[in-house]
Amino acid sequence: MAKNYGSSRKKPLVSLIITGVISFALYGILLSNQNLANDYLSRGGLFAFLPIAVAFLFSAVHGSFTGKFWTVLGIEAAKKKKEVK
Amino acid sequence: MREAANFINLDVMNITYLFIVGFVGGLVSGFIGSGGAFVLTPAMMSLGVPGLVAVASNMCHKFPKALIGALKRAKYGQVDVKLGIDLGISAEAGVLYGAHVQESIKKTFGDAGSNLYVSVAFVIILAVVGSFVLKDALKTYKSGNSHEEEKVTKLARWVQSIDIPGTMVYFKSLNARISVLFTIPLGFATGMLAATIAVGGFIGVPSMIYVMGAPSLMASATELVIAFVMGLGGSFKYAMHGLVDIRLAMIILAGSLFGIQLGAIGTTYVKPFMIKVVMGVIMVIVLFSRGLMVPVYLSQLGLIQTLGAGTIKILKNTSFAIMALALLLGASIVLGSMFKGRRAAREAAQEVLEHGNI
Repeated sequence: MAKNYGSSRKKPLVSLIITGVISFALYGILLSNQNLANDYLSRGGLFAFLPIAVAFLFSAVHGSFTGKFWTVLGIEAAKKKKEVK
Repeated sequence: MREAANFINLDVMNITYLFIVGFVGGLVSGFIGSGGAFVLTPAMMSLGVPGLVAVASNMCHKFPKALIGALKRAKYGQVDVKLGIDLGISAEAGVLYGAHVQESIKKTFGDAGSNLYVSVAFVIILAVVGSFVLKDALKTYKSGNSHEEEKVTKLARWVQSIDIPGTMVYFKSLNARISVLFTIPLGFATGMLAATIAVGGFIGVPSMIYVMGAPSLMASATELVIAFVMGLGGSFKYAMHGLVDIRLAMIILAGSLFGIQLGAIGTTYVKPFMIKVVMGVIMVIVLFSRGLMVPVYLSQLGLIQTLGAGTIKILKNTSFAIMALALLLGASIVLGSMFKGRRAAREAAQEVLEHGNI
């Protein structure tokens, strides 16, 4: 049993690190280029697609990272109740 | 219209503050499908962010957050995508109409009139719906039937029994066909509320549970689809005017994605009525928070005796503190019930193991 827990926790560790590094890099780029980001992303009109695209990109990378983060900590969803029945 | 010049400077303190508020808001949203916005927007404004930029940036963090939450909860089989899109599109129309109503009130009665309208809408809706949801949750708890499947209300059974040819659609969360002539107005009301008090879910989730007959878990998960559809449309509208401060939106998103994942996981450990408990508690506390602001706006409109600047400041700060308390209390209940559920699951697994060994 303990072995199973161990392996399931180890599995996403590499992808956690990869997504974490990418997520950290994205936030680093955004915060170190605040003026540039605000200039382009708040121009309005057709530039409105830019903040939407950025939001999708960040959510994909950071969402994947945060999901793996809890898994690695061992906080996962309960098994389906139907199985208990 | 463009307010880019008003974008604030961010320091480590501001970033940490927004990250934490985002986390707590995300935790509650992952669990009940909405919430958080009513604290996030004033939290940003307390840093000096202009109102419209705060609303726009909140909206731009909301749709990607809702997307991740919906995807997570879809893995647990809790999302009804068809119902979410149906309600989401009608909610989008409600948002546009709600914003139009807001603008008309602002034009006629000024800022104080608009604020009074928002507060009165808050108080009336939260008083009626919030107390109903909380009462229902307490009734389930007291009856000792919290393990049993939720019963479909009489109203929902009636709604499901109405057959209007050409308008009937099957929704898996209801396990029934229902006329879109019911879903469209309910979605519209959700959107109108979202445009007015920023939390459409306070109408959306209860209407899915009590009027349509969806189980609490599916209703709160499906609300995330509605929030995604509404948030995407709203963000684009605000971004067209250059009002989104992407830094604020992404920092809040950073915290809220940690929270929403945890809140979604939490739903798999708790009894369904806990969704109603958290939602009802938050709604009733927020009701008091907004109620405190009503005299301020009445005074600004000259409808009651003018209040002193000191009194107004105290009322405003107390109102914000109560709102933050509502969110924190909601988050504590989510975490508490989740850890309790996890412990119970571990003990059950241990018991099975021990029996197996014998």
